[in-house]
Amino acid sequence: MSLATAAPATPASADTAGRRALGQALLLLLGAAAWWLVYSRLAAAASWLTFEGLGLVRRTALGSAVEFFLYEAPKVLMLLTLVVFGVGIVRSFFTAERTRRVLAGKREGVGSVLAALLGVVTPFCSCSAVPLFIGFVTTGVPLGVTFSFLVSAPMVNEIALALLFGLFGWKIAALYAGTGLAIAVVSGLVIGRLHLEGWVEPWVYGVKAGAGGPTEEALTWSGRVAAGREAVRDIVGRVWPYVLGGIAVGAGIHGYVPQDFMASFMGRDAWWSVPLAVVIGIPLYSNAAGIIPIVQALLGKGAALGTVLAFMMSVIALSLPEMVILRKVLTLRLIAVFVAVVGTGILVVGYLFNFVL
Amino acid sequence: MEIKILGPGCANCKRLYGEAEKAVAQVGQPATITKVEAIEEIVGYGILKTPGLVIDGKVVASGRIPGAFEIATMITTALAKA
Repeated sequence: MSLATAAPATPASADTAGRRALGQALLLLLGAAAWWLVYSRLAAAASWLTFEGLGLVRRTALGSAVEFFLYEAPKVLMLLTLVVFGVGIVRSFFTAERTRRVLAGKREGVGSVLAALLGVVTPFCSCSAVPLFIGFVTTGVPLGVTFSFLVSAPMVNEIALALLFGLFGWKIAALYAGTGLAIAVVSGLVIGRLHLEGWVEPWVYGVKAGAGGPTEEALTWSGRVAAGREAVRDIVGRVWPYVLGGIAVGAGIHGYVPQDFMASFMGRDAWWSVPLAVVIGIPLYSNAAGIIPIVQALLGKGAALGTVLAFMMSVIALSLPEMVILRKVLTLRLIAVFVAVVGTGILVVGYLFNFVL
Repeated sequence: MEIKILGPGCANCKRLYGEAEKAVAQVGQPATITKVEAIEEIVGYGILKTPGLVIDGKVVASGRIPGAFEIATMITTALAKA
């Protein structure tokens, strides 16, 4: 089955195009049905495989760990594939250029909120941080608004939300999205208020805004589905080792760490657990896919929700590799301010959750 | 014909380079493929997302990795226009 991805050919007739679209729709429907069939049977299959197939004993460390892995690994990968595909299609409607056009010249308050929201749906990878930053800042997007985007894009991404939804339910996913967006907006507003434009590397503002990318053509539905498939190939193809690694660690924690071990130093009563979680998260780098299974295992062992969320956000949003990349365009002082502002936001969220829930 | 790959050196840029090489081999047109890694230069082209593909000074793709076949099509289109 090959969907046209090369330059669109003129359909011989509207009839052919219509039939092809119908064929695609049917294929998608079939795919969704097959997905659901497999997904709903995963838990039972994992259980059977571990205890009947491999002959491990229930309630032993090894048995628990293996069952966890055999259940979670395909489950997470399937969820990931589904969500990345769907979001790949949604993202074909949004491009970085369009986001920039929307944000240029907007006032700070409105702009920061818009930027944070657009950060969720605009495709973004760490290595694009620099050209994106420069592109935004030199075409009239205020510094604070740009930062709102830079915070929300990696942190509140569809992968994280999908996995949180699949593993913990919609409430936690919504909480993560809401607080992540809030942190993005507030960070942008604060940085904008501080008028730190002088702390951007001087050469940035001197850059001539280039001619810009190729003119965007409107995509057909075929093209959008192809975009979805391409996203799956690209993202899942890159991320699956991290996911499996994360789940393996999670499986180890699930099977071998005693039930309330985490509660002692990641639990609600250890007030220093939140700052510690944030600090530990900074040098660690993982995309959302790898860290969430670990998060799940930690939660299962008694770690407090706020602490774990803070850890997760810190790993994703305050990543050392991204700081190193951004060093090209931001002075060390500005990076420090960035880390401080976002870090504080994460801290507040962490404490809030531990306190309230 | 001059083809440039814009990117700071991440895996995607290397992939694009590979696809561009294949495309050039397919088309059979002599072309130089250079990698531009200096951020200042990349930004001068005005792209927002790396990797970027430039054919004879014109940005033909940014933020994605067109396959060798698509790049070959772009090359022949550029040749036809020249």
